[in-house]
Amino acid sequence: MTRGYRSQLAALLKRDLKVALRRRSDVINPLLFLFMVISLFPVAIGPGPDILARIAPGVIWVAALLASLLGLERLFRDDYQDGTLEQLVLLPCPLPLAVLAKILVHWLLTGLPLVLIAPLLALLLNLPLSALPVLLITLLLGTPVLSAVGAVGAALTVSLQRGGAVLSLLVLPLFIPLLIFATAAVESAVFGAPVFGQLLLLASFSILTLTLTPFAVAAAVKVSVN
Amino acid sequence: MWRWLHPYAKGEATYQLLGRWLPWVTALALLSLTVGLVWGLAFGPADYQQGDSYRIIYIHVPAAIFSMGAYAGMAIMAFIALVWQIRTAEWSIAAIAPVGAVLTFIALFTGAAWGKPMWGTWWVWDARLTSELILLFLYAGVMALYYAFEDARTGAKAAGILALVGVVNLPIIHFSVEWWNTLHQGATITKFAKPSMATEMLWPLLISLLAFALMTAAFVMLRLRHEILRHELHRPWVREELLNPKSASADINSQQEQS
Amino acid sequence: MAFDSFRDFILMGGYGFFVWLSFGVTFLALFALLLQSVLTRRQLQRDCARQQHRQQRLAKRQAATQNNSVQNSAKE
Repeated sequence: MTRGYRSQLAALLKRDLKVALRRRSDVINPLLFLFMVISLFPVAIGPGPDILARIAPGVIWVAALLASLLGLERLFRDDYQDGTLEQLVLLPCPLPLAVLAKILVHWLLTGLPLVLIAPLLALLLNLPLSALPVLLITLLLGTPVLSAVGAVGAALTVSLQRGGAVLSLLVLPLFIPLLIFATAAVESAVFGAPVFGQLLLLASFSILTLTLTPFAVAAAVKVSVN
Repeated sequence: MWRWLHPYAKGEATYQLLGRWLPWVTALALLSLTVGLVWGLAFGPADYQQGDSYRIIYIHVPAAIFSMGAYAGMAIMAFIALVWQIRTAEWSIAAIAPVGAVLTFIALFTGAAWGKPMWGTWWVWDARLTSELILLFLYAGVMALYYAFEDARTGAKAAGILALVGVVNLPIIHFSVEWWNTLHQGATITKFAKPSMATEMLWPLLISLLAFALMTAAFVMLRLRHEILRHELHRPWVREELLNPKSASADINSQQEQS
Repeated sequence: MAFDSFRDFILMGGYGFFVWLSFGVTFLALFALLLQSVLTRRQLQRDCARQQHRQQRLAKRQAATQNNSVQNSAKE
Protein backbone atom coordinates (compact mmCIF):
# COMPACT_ATOMS: atom_id res chain seq x y z
CA MET A 1 0.00 0.00 0.00
CA THR A 2 2.72 2.44 0.99
CA ARG A 3 4.59 1.61 -2.21
CA GLY A 4 1.46 2.58 -4.13
CA TYR A 5 1.41 5.96 -2.39
CA ARG A 6 5.07 6.41 -3.11
CA SER A 7 4.71 5.86 -6.85
CA GLN A 8 1.74 8.19 -6.92
CA LEU A 9 3.69 10.84 -5.08
CA ALA A 10 6.65 10.41 -7.39
CA ALA A 11 4.37 10.84 -10.39
CA LEU A 12 2.86 13.95 -8.81
CA LEU A 13 6.27 15.43 -8.13
CA LYS A 14 7.44 14.72 -11.65
CA ARG A 15 4.34 16.19 -13.19
CA ASP A 16 4.41 19.36 -11.08
CA LEU A 17 8.08 19.91 -11.80
CA LYS A 18 7.54 19.41 -15.50
CA VAL A 19 4.60 21.82 -15.59
CA ALA A 20 6.48 24.43 -13.60
CA LEU A 21 9.68 24.14 -15.61
CA ARG A 22 7.72 24.70 -18.78
CA ARG A 23 7.22 28.26 -17.61
CA ARG A 24 10.77 29.25 -16.80
CA SER A 25 9.80 32.87 -16.26
CA ASP A 26 7.87 31.89 -13.13
CA VAL A 27 11.10 30.63 -11.63
CA ILE A 28 13.33 33.42 -12.84
CA ASN A 29 11.08 36.43 -12.22
CA PRO A 30 11.00 36.14 -8.42
CA LEU A 31 14.80 35.94 -8.40
CA LEU A 32 15.10 39.04 -10.58
CA PHE A 33 12.60 40.76 -8.32
CA LEU A 34 14.73 39.79 -5.35
CA PHE A 35 17.82 41.35 -6.95
CA MET A 36 15.92 44.53 -7.77
CA VAL A 37 14.61 44.94 -4.24
CA ILE A 38 18.02 44.27 -2.74
CA SER A 39 19.69 46.80 -5.03
CA LEU A 40 17.08 49.42 -4.18
CA PHE A 41 18.22 49.61 -0.58
CA PRO A 42 21.81 50.78 -1.15
CA VAL A 43 20.49 53.32 -3.66
CA ALA A 44 17.89 54.66 -1.25
CA ILE A 45 19.80 54.53 2.02
CA GLY A 46 23.27 55.33 0.74
CA PRO A 47 26.22 53.04 0.15
CA GLY A 48 27.81 53.31 3.62
CA PRO A 49 29.07 49.77 4.33
CA ASP A 50 28.33 49.89 8.07
CA ILE A 51 24.69 50.76 7.57
CA LEU A 52 24.29 48.14 4.87
CA ALA A 53 25.88 45.43 6.98
CA ARG A 54 23.62 46.48 9.85
CA ILE A 55 20.40 46.16 7.85
CA ALA A 56 21.48 43.31 5.57
CA PRO A 57 19.82 40.39 7.43
CA GLY A 58 16.49 42.18 7.64
CA VAL A 59 16.61 43.36 4.03
CA ILE A 60 17.47 39.95 2.65
CA TRP A 61 14.74 38.29 4.65
CA VAL A 62 12.04 40.84 3.78
CA ALA A 63 13.00 40.63 0.12
CA ALA A 64 12.87 36.82 0.25
CA LEU A 65 9.45 37.02 1.84
CA LEU A 66 8.09 39.37 -0.82
CA ALA A 67 9.64 37.31 -3.61
CA SER A 68 7.97 34.18 -2.31
CA LEU A 69 4.61 35.97 -2.41
CA LEU A 70 4.95 36.62 -6.14
CA GLY A 71 4.26 33.17 -7.49
CA LEU A 72 2.10 32.04 -4.63
CA GLU A 73 -1.20 32.91 -6.23
CA ARG A 74 -0.50 30.48 -9.05
CA LEU A 75 0.36 27.57 -6.77
CA PHE A 76 -3.11 26.04 -7.05
CA ARG A 77 -4.72 28.40 -9.58
CA ASP A 78 -4.07 26.47 -12.80
CA ASP A 79 -4.83 23.13 -11.22
CA TYR A 80 -8.07 24.55 -9.87
CA GLN A 81 -9.13 25.96 -13.21
CA ASP A 82 -8.52 22.85 -15.29
CA GLY A 83 -9.94 20.49 -12.68
CA THR A 84 -6.69 18.78 -11.72
CA LEU A 85 -7.24 19.81 -8.12
CA GLU A 86 -10.44 17.76 -7.95
CA GLN A 87 -8.56 14.74 -9.25
CA LEU A 88 -5.97 15.35 -6.56
CA VAL A 89 -8.69 15.18 -3.90
CA LEU A 90 -9.97 11.92 -5.41
CA LEU A 91 -6.56 10.22 -5.36
CA PRO A 92 -6.32 7.17 -3.10
CA CYS A 93 -3.24 8.63 -1.45
CA PRO A 94 -4.09 10.94 1.47
CA LEU A 95 -4.58 14.55 0.44
CA PRO A 96 -2.15 16.03 3.01
CA LEU A 97 0.62 13.93 1.45
CA ALA A 98 -0.24 15.02 -2.07
CA VAL A 99 -0.31 18.60 -0.88
CA LEU A 100 3.07 18.16 0.76
CA ALA A 101 4.39 17.11 -2.65
CA LYS A 102 3.11 20.35 -4.13
CA ILE A 103 4.70 22.33 -1.32
CA LEU A 104 7.97 20.55 -1.94
CA VAL A 105 7.90 21.42 -5.64
CA HIS A 106 7.12 25.03 -4.81
CA TRP A 107 10.06 25.11 -2.45
CA LEU A 108 12.40 23.53 -5.00
CA LEU A 109 11.51 26.21 -7.52
CA THR A 110 11.37 29.31 -5.32
CA GLY A 111 13.02 28.57 -1.98
CA LEU A 112 16.06 26.65 -3.12
CA PRO A 113 17.21 29.13 -5.83
CA LEU A 114 16.84 31.84 -3.21
CA VAL A 115 19.15 30.02 -0.83
CA LEU A 116 21.60 29.50 -3.67
CA ILE A 117 21.87 33.16 -4.64
CA ALA A 118 21.84 34.37 -1.02
CA PRO A 119 25.69 34.49 -0.77
CA LEU A 120 25.71 36.89 -3.71
CA LEU A 121 23.09 39.08 -2.05
CA ALA A 122 25.03 39.01 1.20
CA LEU A 123 28.11 40.16 -0.70
CA LEU A 124 26.18 43.01 -2.29
CA LEU A 125 25.03 44.18 1.13
CA ASN A 126 28.40 43.82 2.86
CA LEU A 127 27.20 41.23 5.31
CA PRO A 128 30.20 40.04 7.38
CA LEU A 129 31.49 36.74 6.09
CA SER A 130 31.20 35.18 9.54
CA ALA A 131 27.43 35.68 9.50
CA LEU A 132 26.97 34.11 6.06
CA PRO A 133 26.66 30.47 7.21
CA VAL A 134 24.01 31.49 9.74
CA LEU A 135 22.12 33.41 7.06
CA LEU A 136 22.19 30.37 4.81
CA ILE A 137 21.00 28.07 7.58
CA THR A 138 18.12 30.39 8.47
CA LEU A 139 17.12 30.60 4.82
CA LEU A 140 17.36 26.84 4.45
CA LEU A 141 15.16 26.34 7.50
CA GLY A 142 12.85 29.26 6.81
CA THR A 143 12.03 29.08 3.10
CA PRO A 144 10.12 25.77 3.45
CA VAL A 145 7.99 27.56 6.03
CA LEU A 146 7.31 30.31 3.49
CA SER A 147 6.18 27.71 0.96
CA ALA A 148 4.07 25.77 3.47
CA VAL A 149 2.30 28.72 5.09
CA GLY A 150 1.91 30.34 1.70
CA ALA A 151 0.25 27.17 0.44
CA VAL A 152 -2.40 27.52 3.15
CA GLY A 153 -3.22 31.01 1.95
CA ALA A 154 -3.12 29.98 -1.70
CA ALA A 155 -5.47 27.05 -1.08
CA LEU A 156 -7.90 29.24 0.85
CA THR A 157 -8.11 31.91 -1.83
CA VAL A 158 -7.84 29.76 -4.96
CA SER A 159 -11.54 29.93 -5.80
CA LEU A 160 -11.70 33.72 -5.46
CA GLN A 161 -11.72 35.90 -8.55
CA ARG A 162 -9.14 38.34 -7.24
CA GLY A 163 -7.48 36.37 -4.51
CA GLY A 164 -4.09 38.07 -4.67
CA ALA A 165 -4.78 40.94 -2.29
CA VAL A 166 -6.59 38.75 0.22
CA LEU A 167 -3.81 36.19 -0.05
CA SER A 168 -1.08 38.59 1.02
CA LEU A 169 -3.32 39.94 3.79
CA LEU A 170 -3.70 36.40 5.15
CA VAL A 171 -0.19 35.16 4.72
CA LEU A 172 2.03 38.10 5.70
CA PRO A 173 0.99 38.23 9.38
CA LEU A 174 1.74 34.51 9.65
CA PHE A 175 5.23 35.12 8.25
CA ILE A 176 6.11 37.65 10.92
CA PRO A 177 7.14 35.17 13.67
CA LEU A 178 9.48 33.50 11.18
CA LEU A 179 10.94 36.88 10.26
CA ILE A 180 11.52 37.69 13.93
CA PHE A 181 13.38 34.48 14.73
CA ALA A 182 15.39 34.37 11.52
CA THR A 183 16.60 37.97 11.56
CA ALA A 184 17.34 37.78 15.28
CA ALA A 185 19.60 34.78 14.62
CA VAL A 186 21.48 36.46 11.76
CA GLU A 187 21.83 39.69 13.72
CA SER A 188 23.36 37.96 16.69
CA ALA A 189 25.74 36.22 14.29
CA VAL A 190 26.76 39.65 12.96
CA PHE A 191 27.55 40.75 16.52
CA GLY A 192 29.33 37.51 17.26
CA ALA A 193 26.80 36.36 19.86
CA PRO A 194 25.82 32.69 20.22
CA VAL A 195 23.13 31.68 17.73
CA PHE A 196 22.66 27.97 18.36
CA GLY A 197 19.55 28.37 20.50
CA GLN A 198 17.88 30.64 18.00
CA LEU A 199 18.66 28.25 15.16
CA LEU A 200 17.18 25.37 17.15
CA LEU A 201 14.05 27.44 17.78
CA LEU A 202 13.84 28.19 14.07
CA ALA A 203 14.30 24.51 13.24
CA SER A 204 11.51 23.45 15.58
CA PHE A 205 9.30 26.16 14.11
CA SER A 206 10.06 24.85 10.64
CA ILE A 207 9.38 21.22 11.54
CA LEU A 208 6.16 22.11 13.30
CA THR A 209 4.93 24.07 10.28
CA LEU A 210 5.83 21.36 7.81
CA THR A 211 4.03 18.67 9.79
CA LEU A 212 0.87 20.65 10.53
CA THR A 213 0.24 22.86 7.51
CA PRO A 214 -0.38 20.02 5.01
CA PHE A 215 -3.51 19.19 6.99
CA ALA A 216 -4.66 22.81 6.89
CA VAL A 217 -3.90 23.02 3.17
CA ALA A 218 -5.79 19.78 2.54
CA ALA A 219 -8.83 21.08 4.43
CA ALA A 220 -8.64 24.36 2.52
CA VAL A 221 -8.38 22.56 -0.82
CA LYS A 222 -11.46 20.49 0.03
CA VAL A 223 -13.39 23.64 0.96
CA SER A 224 -12.31 25.40 -2.22
CA VAL A 225 -13.04 22.52 -4.57
CA ASN A 226 -16.68 21.84 -3.78
CA MET B 1 -25.37 16.11 27.07
CA TRP B 2 -25.59 15.57 23.33
CA ARG B 3 -29.36 15.45 23.55
CA TRP B 4 -29.29 18.74 25.42
CA LEU B 5 -26.89 20.37 22.96
CA HIS B 6 -28.42 19.12 19.78
CA PRO B 7 -31.29 21.62 19.36
CA TYR B 8 -28.78 24.49 19.47
CA ALA B 9 -27.28 23.39 16.19
CA LYS B 10 -30.46 24.89 14.76
CA GLY B 11 -30.64 28.63 14.42
CA GLU B 12 -33.97 29.30 16.05
CA ALA B 13 -33.32 27.50 19.35
CA THR B 14 -29.98 29.29 19.77
CA TYR B 15 -31.59 32.60 18.89
CA GLN B 16 -34.21 32.20 21.59
CA LEU B 17 -31.69 30.98 24.18
CA LEU B 18 -29.37 33.91 23.50
CA GLY B 19 -32.33 36.27 23.67
CA ARG B 20 -33.21 34.98 27.12
CA TRP B 21 -29.63 35.34 28.43
CA LEU B 22 -28.65 38.57 26.74
CA PRO B 23 -30.41 41.04 29.10
CA TRP B 24 -28.85 39.41 32.17
CA VAL B 25 -25.37 39.30 30.75
CA THR B 26 -25.63 42.90 29.55
CA ALA B 27 -26.88 44.12 32.93
CA LEU B 28 -24.13 42.28 34.82
CA ALA B 29 -21.51 43.56 32.36
CA LEU B 30 -22.60 47.18 32.78
CA LEU B 31 -22.72 46.82 36.56
CA SER B 32 -19.28 45.26 36.90
CA LEU B 33 -17.81 47.65 34.34
CA THR B 34 -19.04 50.65 36.34
CA VAL B 35 -17.87 49.21 39.65
CA GLY B 36 -14.48 48.08 38.35
CA LEU B 37 -13.62 51.25 36.47
CA VAL B 38 -14.89 53.73 39.07
CA TRP B 39 -13.10 51.82 41.81
CA GLY B 40 -9.92 51.66 39.76
CA LEU B 41 -10.02 55.26 38.58
CA ALA B 42 -11.10 57.07 41.72
CA PHE B 43 -10.58 54.86 44.76
CA GLY B 44 -7.57 52.65 44.06
CA PRO B 45 -4.26 53.95 45.44
CA ALA B 46 -1.69 55.52 43.11
CA ASP B 47 1.24 53.31 42.10
CA TYR B 48 4.44 54.20 43.91
CA GLN B 49 6.49 54.08 40.70
CA GLN B 50 4.11 55.04 37.94
CA GLY B 51 1.82 57.43 39.79
CA ASP B 52 -1.67 57.67 38.38
CA SER B 53 -0.77 56.66 34.85
CA TYR B 54 -1.02 53.02 35.89
CA ARG B 55 -4.83 53.39 36.02
CA ILE B 56 -4.88 52.63 32.31
CA ILE B 57 -4.30 49.03 33.41
CA TYR B 58 -7.98 48.69 34.25
CA ILE B 59 -8.84 48.71 30.57
CA HIS B 60 -5.54 47.71 29.00
CA VAL B 61 -5.06 44.31 30.64
CA PRO B 62 -8.68 43.13 30.38
CA ALA B 63 -8.85 44.19 26.73
CA ALA B 64 -5.56 42.44 25.96
CA ILE B 65 -6.55 39.24 27.75
CA PHE B 66 -9.93 39.01 26.11
CA SER B 67 -8.61 39.92 22.69
CA MET B 68 -6.76 36.62 23.01
CA GLY B 69 -9.67 34.92 24.77
CA ALA B 70 -12.01 35.91 21.97
CA TYR B 71 -9.55 34.52 19.45
CA ALA B 72 -9.35 31.23 21.34
CA GLY B 73 -13.14 31.09 21.43
CA MET B 74 -13.30 31.81 17.73
CA ALA B 75 -10.77 29.05 17.01
CA ILE B 76 -12.77 26.56 19.09
CA MET B 77 -15.91 27.50 17.20
CA ALA B 78 -14.01 27.14 13.92
CA PHE B 79 -12.90 23.66 14.96
CA ILE B 80 -16.47 22.67 15.84
CA ALA B 81 -17.72 24.13 12.58
CA LEU B 82 -15.16 22.25 10.51
CA VAL B 83 -15.44 18.90 12.28
CA TRP B 84 -19.16 18.65 13.01
CA GLN B 85 -20.39 21.03 10.31
CA ILE B 86 -22.58 22.91 12.74
CA ARG B 87 -23.88 26.09 11.19
CA THR B 88 -24.33 28.11 14.36
CA ALA B 89 -20.63 27.53 15.04
CA GLU B 90 -19.80 28.83 11.56
CA TRP B 91 -21.83 31.97 12.16
CA SER B 92 -20.26 32.57 15.53
CA ILE B 93 -16.89 33.02 13.77
CA ALA B 94 -18.37 36.06 12.06
CA ALA B 95 -19.92 37.16 15.36
CA ILE B 96 -16.70 36.96 17.37
CA ALA B 97 -14.17 38.40 14.89
CA PRO B 98 -15.26 42.08 14.95
CA VAL B 99 -15.57 42.06 18.75
CA GLY B 100 -12.10 40.57 19.08
CA ALA B 101 -10.71 43.09 16.61
CA VAL B 102 -12.12 46.00 18.62
CA LEU B 103 -10.68 44.54 21.84
CA THR B 104 -7.30 44.17 20.16
CA PHE B 105 -7.46 47.75 18.95
CA ILE B 106 -8.28 48.93 22.48
CA ALA B 107 -5.40 46.93 23.93
CA LEU B 108 -3.00 48.41 21.37
CA PHE B 109 -4.22 51.97 21.74
CA THR B 110 -4.27 52.03 25.54
CA GLY B 111 -0.87 50.37 25.48
CA ALA B 112 0.44 53.19 23.29
CA ALA B 113 -1.11 55.85 25.50
CA TRP B 114 0.46 54.17 28.53
CA GLY B 115 3.81 53.71 26.82
CA LYS B 116 4.16 57.38 25.96
CA PRO B 117 4.52 58.63 29.57
CA MET B 118 6.29 55.49 30.84
CA TRP B 119 8.65 54.54 28.00
CA GLY B 120 8.73 57.94 26.33
CA THR B 121 7.38 56.61 23.05
CA TRP B 122 3.99 55.68 21.66
CA TRP B 123 5.19 52.55 19.96
CA VAL B 124 8.18 50.22 20.12
CA TRP B 125 8.65 47.13 18.02
CA ASP B 126 8.74 44.94 21.05
CA ALA B 127 7.54 41.36 20.76
CA ARG B 128 4.39 41.85 22.81
CA LEU B 129 3.27 44.79 20.76
CA THR B 130 4.18 43.22 17.45
CA SER B 131 2.42 39.95 18.14
CA GLU B 132 -0.66 41.79 19.35
CA LEU B 133 -0.59 43.76 16.10
CA ILE B 134 -0.43 40.44 14.23
CA LEU B 135 -3.55 39.42 16.14
CA LEU B 136 -5.32 42.49 14.74
CA PHE B 137 -4.20 41.51 11.22
CA LEU B 138 -5.44 37.97 11.79
CA TYR B 139 -8.86 39.21 12.84
CA ALA B 140 -8.91 41.39 9.73
CA GLY B 141 -7.92 38.41 7.59
CA VAL B 142 -10.62 36.20 9.08
CA MET B 143 -13.27 38.84 8.44
CA ALA B 144 -12.01 39.52 4.92
CA LEU B 145 -12.03 35.83 4.06
CA TYR B 146 -15.43 35.26 5.64
CA TYR B 147 -17.08 37.80 3.38
CA ALA B 148 -14.89 37.25 0.29
CA PHE B 149 -16.82 34.27 -1.07
CA GLU B 150 -20.14 34.35 -2.84
CA ASP B 151 -21.17 31.17 -1.09
CA ALA B 152 -21.44 31.99 2.61
CA ARG B 153 -20.65 28.44 3.78
CA THR B 154 -17.41 28.30 1.81
CA GLY B 155 -16.44 31.64 3.29
CA ALA B 156 -17.18 30.47 6.81
CA LYS B 157 -15.12 27.31 6.37
CA ALA B 158 -12.19 29.14 4.79
CA ALA B 159 -12.25 31.71 7.59
CA GLY B 160 -12.40 28.86 10.09
CA ILE B 161 -9.28 27.23 8.67
CA LEU B 162 -7.43 30.54 8.80
CA ALA B 163 -8.57 31.08 12.39
CA LEU B 164 -7.20 27.66 13.34
CA VAL B 165 -3.88 28.28 11.63
CA GLY B 166 -3.60 31.64 13.38
CA VAL B 167 -3.81 29.99 16.80
CA VAL B 168 0.00 29.74 16.62
CA ASN B 169 0.05 33.42 17.40
CA LEU B 170 -1.55 33.00 20.85
CA PRO B 171 1.41 31.28 22.54
CA ILE B 172 3.71 33.72 20.76
CA ILE B 173 1.87 36.65 22.35
CA HIS B 174 1.87 34.95 25.70
CA PHE B 175 5.53 34.01 25.80
CA SER B 176 6.82 36.98 23.78
CA VAL B 177 7.97 38.72 26.95
CA GLU B 178 10.35 35.86 27.67
CA TRP B 179 11.45 35.07 24.13
CA TRP B 180 12.40 38.45 22.87
CA ASN B 181 14.11 40.06 25.82
CA THR B 182 17.11 41.03 23.67
CA LEU B 183 15.54 44.12 22.20
CA HIS B 184 13.28 45.55 24.82
CA GLN B 185 12.94 44.50 28.40
CA GLY B 186 10.37 45.44 30.95
CA ALA B 187 7.16 44.85 29.09
CA THR B 188 4.11 45.58 31.16
CA ILE B 189 3.41 42.14 32.56
CA THR B 190 6.73 41.55 34.27
CA LYS B 191 6.36 44.82 36.13
CA PHE B 192 3.26 43.60 37.84
CA ALA B 193 4.30 40.03 38.39
CA LYS B 194 7.21 41.22 40.52
CA PRO B 195 5.55 42.92 43.49
CA SER B 196 2.36 40.80 43.18
CA MET B 197 0.16 43.86 43.06
CA ALA B 198 -1.36 45.35 46.19
CA THR B 199 -4.81 43.99 46.96
CA GLU B 200 -6.44 47.44 46.74
CA MET B 201 -5.24 47.55 43.13
CA LEU B 202 -5.93 43.90 42.40
CA TRP B 203 -9.61 43.86 43.30
CA PRO B 204 -10.75 46.53 40.83
CA LEU B 205 -8.61 44.83 38.17
CA LEU B 206 -10.29 41.50 38.80
CA ILE B 207 -13.69 43.14 38.64
CA SER B 208 -12.92 44.86 35.35
CA LEU B 209 -11.58 41.56 34.01
CA LEU B 210 -14.97 40.04 34.83
CA ALA B 211 -16.65 43.07 33.26
CA PHE B 212 -14.73 42.70 30.00
CA ALA B 213 -15.51 38.98 29.91
CA LEU B 214 -19.20 39.64 30.32
CA MET B 215 -19.11 42.51 27.85
CA THR B 216 -17.36 40.39 25.24
CA ALA B 217 -19.96 37.68 25.78
CA ALA B 218 -22.81 40.19 25.45
CA PHE B 219 -21.43 41.62 22.21
CA VAL B 220 -20.89 38.17 20.75
CA MET B 221 -24.40 37.06 21.75
CA LEU B 222 -25.95 40.15 20.20
CA ARG B 223 -24.01 39.76 16.98
CA LEU B 224 -24.60 36.01 16.79
CA ARG B 225 -28.34 36.63 17.07
CA HIS B 226 -28.16 38.96 14.10
CA GLU B 227 -25.95 36.58 12.18
CA ILE B 228 -28.55 33.82 12.69
CA LEU B 229 -31.29 36.14 11.44
CA ARG B 230 -29.22 37.11 8.40
CA HIS B 231 -28.70 33.53 7.33
CA GLU B 232 -32.25 32.38 7.96
CA LEU B 233 -33.89 35.47 6.51
CA HIS B 234 -36.16 33.41 4.28
CA ARG B 235 -37.57 31.35 7.16
CA PRO B 236 -41.04 32.19 8.46
CA TRP B 237 -39.94 32.50 12.10
CA VAL B 238 -37.37 35.14 11.20
CA ARG B 239 -39.99 37.09 9.30
CA GLU B 240 -42.28 36.98 12.31
CA GLU B 241 -39.44 37.97 14.62
CA LEU B 242 -38.30 40.91 12.52
CA LEU B 243 -41.55 42.33 11.19
CA ASN B 244 -43.89 41.82 14.14
CA PRO B 245 -41.70 40.88 17.09
CA LYS B 246 -44.32 41.05 19.85
CA SER B 247 -46.59 38.32 18.55
CA ALA B 248 -43.67 36.10 17.55
CA SER B 249 -42.08 35.97 20.96
CA ALA B 250 -45.47 35.48 22.59
CA ASP B 251 -46.15 32.61 20.19
CA ILE B 252 -42.93 30.88 20.94
CA ASN B 253 -43.34 31.31 24.68
CA SER B 254 -46.75 29.70 24.58
CA GLN B 255 -45.40 26.91 22.37
CA GLN B 256 -42.65 26.23 24.81
CA GLU B 257 -45.04 26.15 27.72
CA GLN B 258 -47.14 23.62 25.87
CA SER B 259 -44.23 21.36 25.02
CA MET C 1 -10.96 58.11 47.55
CA ALA C 2 -7.46 58.45 46.17
CA PHE C 3 -7.87 62.11 45.19
CA ASP C 4 -8.39 65.21 47.32
CA SER C 5 -10.47 67.17 44.87
CA PHE C 6 -12.25 66.75 41.55
CA ARG C 7 -9.50 68.81 39.91
CA ASP C 8 -6.90 66.32 41.11
CA PHE C 9 -9.04 63.53 39.75
CA ILE C 10 -9.07 65.10 36.31
CA LEU C 11 -5.34 65.87 36.38
CA MET C 12 -4.40 62.31 37.44
CA GLY C 13 -1.11 63.46 38.89
CA GLY C 14 -0.01 64.94 35.57
CA TYR C 15 -1.00 61.93 33.49
CA GLY C 16 -4.57 63.11 32.91
CA PHE C 17 -4.18 63.44 29.15
CA PHE C 18 -3.02 59.85 28.67
CA VAL C 19 -5.45 58.28 31.13
CA TRP C 20 -8.48 60.10 29.78
CA LEU C 21 -7.35 59.61 26.19
CA SER C 22 -7.26 55.84 26.67
CA PHE C 23 -10.58 55.73 28.46
CA GLY C 24 -12.16 58.03 25.89
CA VAL C 25 -10.95 56.06 22.88
CA THR C 26 -11.92 52.78 24.55
CA PHE C 27 -15.48 53.91 25.08
CA LEU C 28 -15.63 55.45 21.63
CA ALA C 29 -14.55 52.14 20.07
CA LEU C 30 -16.98 50.14 22.19
CA PHE C 31 -19.78 52.57 21.38
CA ALA C 32 -19.07 52.30 17.66
CA LEU C 33 -19.19 48.52 17.89
CA LEU C 34 -22.46 48.68 19.81
CA LEU C 35 -23.97 51.09 17.31
CA GLN C 36 -22.95 48.93 14.39
CA SER C 37 -24.30 45.80 16.09
CA VAL C 38 -27.64 47.42 16.85
CA LEU C 39 -28.01 48.99 13.41
CA THR C 40 -27.54 45.57 11.83
CA ARG C 41 -30.97 44.63 13.10
CA ARG C 42 -32.58 47.58 11.35
CA GLN C 43 -30.79 46.64 8.14
CA LEU C 44 -32.03 43.07 8.48
CA GLN C 45 -35.59 44.32 9.05
CA ARG C 46 -35.37 46.32 5.84
CA ASP C 47 -34.01 43.35 3.89
CA CYS C 48 -36.69 41.08 5.27
CA ALA C 49 -39.50 43.51 4.45
CA ARG C 50 -38.20 43.94 0.91
CA GLN C 51 -38.00 40.19 0.45
CA GLN C 52 -41.53 39.68 1.71
CA HIS C 53 -42.81 42.50 -0.48
CA ARG C 54 -41.23 40.96 -3.56
CA GLN C 55 -42.63 37.53 -2.80
CA GLN C 56 -46.12 38.95 -2.32
CA ARG C 57 -45.89 40.81 -5.62
CA LEU C 58 -44.71 37.69 -7.39
CA ALA C 59 -47.53 35.65 -5.88
CA LYS C 60 -50.06 38.28 -6.93
CA ARG C 61 -48.78 38.37 -10.48
CA GLN C 62 -48.81 34.60 -10.66
CA ALA C 63 -52.36 34.49 -9.39
CA ALA C 64 -53.34 37.13 -11.96
CA THR C 65 -51.86 35.24 -14.89
CA GLN C 66 -53.47 32.05 -13.71
CA ASN C 67 -56.85 33.82 -13.52
CA ASN C 68 -56.35 35.19 -17.01
CA SER C 69 -55.54 31.82 -18.45
CA VAL C 70 -58.55 30.32 -16.72
CA GLN C 71 -60.76 33.02 -18.21
CA ASN C 72 -59.18 32.58 -21.61
CA SER C 73 -59.76 28.89 -21.60
CA ALA C 74 -63.35 29.47 -20.48
CA LYS C 75 -63.88 31.81 -23.46
CA GLU C 76 -62.53 29.28 -25.86
